[in-house]
Amino acid sequence: MKTLKILVGVAFIIAISAFAIDKVSDTEIDKGYSIGDIATDFSLKNIDNTNVSLADYKEAKGFIVIFTCNHCPYSVAYEDRIITLDKTFKSKGYPVLAINPNNPKAYPDDSFDNMIKRSKEKGFTFPYLFDDGQKVYPQYGATKTPHVYVLEKTPEGNVVRYIGAIDNNYKDASAATEKYVEDAINALLEGKKVPVEVTKAIGCSIKA
Amino acid sequence: MLKWVLNIVLIVFFSGCKGEKTVALDANKVFKSKGVEIPLHTFESFEPLLNIDDGKTRVINFWATWCKPCVAELPYFELINSRYPEHKVEVILVSLDLPMHVESKLIPFVKKQKIQSKVILLDDPDANSWIPKVDKDWTGSIPATIIYRDNTFRFYERSFTYNELEKELKKLL
Repeated sequence: MKTLKILVGVAFIIAISAFAIDKVSDTEIDKGYSIGDIATDFSLKNIDNTNVSLADYKEAKGFIVIFTCNHCPYSVAYEDRIITLDKTFKSKGYPVLAINPNNPKAYPDDSFDNMIKRSKEKGFTFPYLFDDGQKVYPQYGATKTPHVYVLEKTPEGNVVRYIGAIDNNYKDASAATEKYVEDAINALLEGKKVPVEVTKAIGCSIKA
Repeated sequence: MLKWVLNIVLIVFFSGCKGEKTVALDANKVFKSKGVEIPLHTFESFEPLLNIDDGKTRVINFWATWCKPCVAELPYFELINSRYPEHKVEVILVSLDLPMHVESKLIPFVKKQKIQSKVILLDDPDANSWIPKVDKDWTGSIPATIIYRDNTFRFYERSFTYNELEKELKKLL
């Protein structure tokens, strides 16, 4: 009888702690970064099979981290603009780092091999990294693709300065009247405050 | 004399309609293909749909053919649409497919899946301006669903099972 009581007690504790662990990881995913937070570095596999970290970029003044993927029509609609961003801002100290956060089991189009293929087809000028195990995107709080984080390198670390969309027209780059990412980086380069720090956009939900 | 009769007929006709307020949204364009019609809306022409107070419960689901979890839960919305009488519950499926994919992807999908609920296309590229007007907490990811009746408005940025969806619907019946 006593053993039964102990067993029930143990089972109860296990159940409670399982619930607690569940809760913690839930809130972490929900939260992600806010403006002013320090983004943690990562080491992710690039399409050329090398590993890429923010720390590799000694000369960079900051980064344009973009969660994007192959299968999403909204990501595809922005591919040319992502290439333009990299070409414009890499030389000014803000390179693009693209990260595919999706689990290829959920979206076979987003497999590592298909990332290599897509990068070649489009002539990506930037690293296209695979968030293997889907560990990095929850830290950032990315919920969809494309989802952009502009980071500024400071002595304290890489500070999140902008979160959101690339511009205000996913259909037509030439019709966009607000170029959020461009404006954010130009402001940072001039030592000014980013004019619009957070925007919302429709995108493809990230599937872990 | 004839004028009088006509006037009376008109008055009777309109007062008859009064109880059943139908809100017709003015679409900016209608896509027609393979017997399927899909009206296209900007947010401005779509927004009145979120503010109708005629006692009917509306289930408005934001989805797209490219969104796997959205497609997975569509049958549950269809089931709600078929199980509840039209005058009590209206299901509206708001597609966020790109307009260039309407004829190649959306219409064939609607036809193949034999979708019975009303499907409309929301095509408003300045999403940052309208997403917060749907709900201030919406990040913009889909599936997302609104269930509302008159002034009671609930927003869900999540996927549903049939039972979960019906449970939420029943709170607003």
